[in-house]
Amino acid sequence: MIRRTAQTLASLFLCFAAGLVHAQSRYNLQPPQTIIAREIYTLHTIILLICVVIFIVVFGAMFYALWRHRKSVGHKAEQFHENTTVEVIWTIIPFLILVFMAWPATKTVLAMKDTSNSDMTVKATGYQWKWRYDYLDEDISFYSTLSTPREQIDNIAPKGEHYLLEVDNPLVVPVGKKVRILTTANDVIHSWSVPAFGVKQDAIPGFVRDTWFKVDNPGTYRGQCSELCGKDHGFMPIVVEALPEAQYKEWVAQQTAKKSQATASAAAEAGKTYSMQELMAQGEKVYSKTCVACHQANGQGLPPTFPALAGGKIATGPIAGHIDIVTNGSKKNPVMVAWKNQLSDLEIAGVITYERNSFGNKLGDMVQPKDIAAARK
Amino acid sequence: MEAAYGHAQDTAHAHHPTGIMRWIMTTNHKDIGTLYLWFAFIMFLTGGVMALTIRAELFQPGLQIVQPEMFNQLITMHGLIMVFGAIMPAFVGFANWQVPLMIGAPDMAFPRMNNWSFWLLPVAAILLVGSFLAPGGATAAGWTLYAPLSIQMGPGMDMAIFAIHILGASSIMGAINIITTILNMRAPGMTLMKMPLFVWTWLITAYLLIAVMPVLAGAVTMTLTDRHFDTHFFNAAGGGDPVMFQHIFWFFGHPEVYIMILPGFGIVSQIIPTFARKPLFGYSSMVYATASIAILSFIVWAHHMFVVGMPAAGQLFFMYATMLIAVPTGVKVFNWVATIWKGSISFETPMLFALGFIFLFTMGGFTGLVCAITPIDIQIQDTYYVVAHFHYVLVAGALFAIFGGIYYWLPKWTGHMYDEKLGQIHFWLSFIFFNVAFFVQHFLGLAGMPRRIPDYALQFADFNKVSSIGAFGFGLSQLLFLYIVVKCIRGGAKAADKPWEGADGLEWTLSSPPPYHSFETPPVVR
Repeated sequence: MIRRTAQTLASLFLCFAAGLVHAQSRYNLQPPQTIIAREIYTLHTIILLICVVIFIVVFGAMFYALWRHRKSVGHKAEQFHENTTVEVIWTIIPFLILVFMAWPATKTVLAMKDTSNSDMTVKATGYQWKWRYDYLDEDISFYSTLSTPREQIDNIAPKGEHYLLEVDNPLVVPVGKKVRILTTANDVIHSWSVPAFGVKQDAIPGFVRDTWFKVDNPGTYRGQCSELCGKDHGFMPIVVEALPEAQYKEWVAQQTAKKSQATASAAAEAGKTYSMQELMAQGEKVYSKTCVACHQANGQGLPPTFPALAGGKIATGPIAGHIDIVTNGSKKNPVMVAWKNQLSDLEIAGVITYERNSFGNKLGDMVQPKDIAAARK
Repeated sequence: MEAAYGHAQDTAHAHHPTGIMRWIMTTNHKDIGTLYLWFAFIMFLTGGVMALTIRAELFQPGLQIVQPEMFNQLITMHGLIMVFGAIMPAFVGFANWQVPLMIGAPDMAFPRMNNWSFWLLPVAAILLVGSFLAPGGATAAGWTLYAPLSIQMGPGMDMAIFAIHILGASSIMGAINIITTILNMRAPGMTLMKMPLFVWTWLITAYLLIAVMPVLAGAVTMTLTDRHFDTHFFNAAGGGDPVMFQHIFWFFGHPEVYIMILPGFGIVSQIIPTFARKPLFGYSSMVYATASIAILSFIVWAHHMFVVGMPAAGQLFFMYATMLIAVPTGVKVFNWVATIWKGSISFETPMLFALGFIFLFTMGGFTGLVCAITPIDIQIQDTYYVVAHFHYVLVAGALFAIFGGIYYWLPKWTGHMYDEKLGQIHFWLSFIFFNVAFFVQHFLGLAGMPRRIPDYALQFADFNKVSSIGAFGFGLSQLLFLYIVVKCIRGGAKAADKPWEGADGLEWTLSSPPPYHSFETPPVVR
């Protein structure tokens, strides 16, 4: 009987919630796009309404007393206190309400945690401050970095529609498929979150966690890193593009083709000797995308965590040390990661050359891709 | 026993330093209480300036006032300073002033240790605030100091760790002092179940402090050795686990939030019966509810960690345990409302703050319940919804209780009535601006704005602007509070021994202000 009443009540709330779901409200959760997000949305609506009802009852009584039992209208205080019956009632009723709330919540928890029978798996790795996606069933992997221009953040240029919520390479998934996301991190804890999917999962260095979603409709969905991860925590969004299955297949084919092209050109780069000009141009491109966040545009860094390159010990020291720290990372200061995992030989060679010949550093030496290949451990 | 009281009297009258040495050398619970309260207020302003800088940066999208690395330092230090520098010392200040007066004791049990536990605080505060000057600035890992981000920080982090060690030592000494005083120095006839509720809540809080401050000290020490001695407690590559830091931290952290609210419950439970002119509805159920909340606080810590990827069984356990806390908390709120019911109510400033406390703290309780539901929490964890939630319980909760308590006992402490009209204006300004600042943050959180970000997407702009305006209003209103308190100390209408008609308790049997040494012969409680 209780169960039936509960179900009726729940479905009533559901109808109410369904009315709200499609409208993008500024006062509520984002419109849900997955079954889990819908369940969360409904759950939140139910619990909020229960809270509002209790609130009105309790504070209705309080404000009634404050109004009617004022001293200024001559109300005399009664001296009653302690009443076991009342006290038992106001202990048991809240308990029953909580049981009523816990029941649907438990079902949703179990559904959220069930990552079995997924159609595909993508590993999302948090970096300071970007995401990397590896499609475990395809040969696709790429980095996903904020694409909002610096001028917009510094209030020099007008801000675009998706200010801070746009990336160069979004995660692309098919609609209607159960996508399992594995999360991990390379440096500190990050959190992979897309509110419209009802997904938020910490990405923890050294451990793998998982979560899942199945998107209802094609579209672009946006989220942000949700665990403080250092300086640019606010600048590593998550963008997911959900495509109809056929278009998704096309995208996969494109990516695979691009990948084999890239492998071919990397092989060509490996043996080639580049001129200073070519290396500097390559280096500037990489620096402004990869290094600038910590070492700053003027090479002054933010010491002590992010040391200066202008006149820096390594950037003006022996070339082997410079190659080693960029390629293999720093043991002493783990913020400086091993860039060999993220950059090609040519890119690393370019950026080292650039660093040794910019910001007032005038060493005049050059690094070639083959030097980097040799330094890879 | 009598001999001991006699002895205290002799030495006390022979030794009475003046000037600055009075405050440095003091072992008097009233002086030390005053020191604690002024220290807390200074730290409250310090943390407040940081909060306003944060809100100024968030006034509109884009970076204007501070850069991200400075922003992260500010949010971290705002949290640490408000928790350890403002709220906790303020409540210890109340305990120092009020516990001996309310139980009829001549002083705290260990007066010299009392002096030492206070004077550790400025040392810790200098280390903490001074860490802004360290190379790389203050720690920017958030007040929760999560590893491995805390491992990356500069020497500011080490200064914060030492500050936390010192603050912890101070808290533990303070707690030992309070427990010993309450258990051993009550006036004849005052059984435990006759103690004022404020004393009860502090007794339970002191046990919580002793239980969890060493846990925090352990966590930050492990961070320290990870930073400098390669111990890898929190580094997976060395066999450690970053999530273990969170488990240890929140095993401290959840009881800690009750450390910051239980004495507030106590203060409100003194104020409400006074101005309703009616005894507290359920004294013993209030005591049991406080104890249940304290016990439950040890088994709910991982509700701060629903997104780290616990197994379903873990999530369910912590969800159920957390929801259970709503029961004793509800009992407290119902009790306060039942106390008001059919009273003879007047609305002096302490009562306004107590009523504001009940109203807003309950809202914070409801959003706490929403956060307790694991699936919903996964949506709002680390968003502004959580920021709104804990400011409702810590500002409208703990801080409003502190304000209420100050206005309630200020006539007793200073011997003067405060300016009632200004007090009421202070309440209404605080109440309105608080809600302007924090209510809209619920909407920001629901819409998905993460916390701890220096810049945000355009759809969050309007509410952030409103919130910043509210924050500045709230911050500036506190200068009025300073003015009211200073004005009251310096003069004003003479306060009667019992300035509040409905007040009850031993402190009101003393003169206003009470003699420097009170209850030298213990009163007898019937």
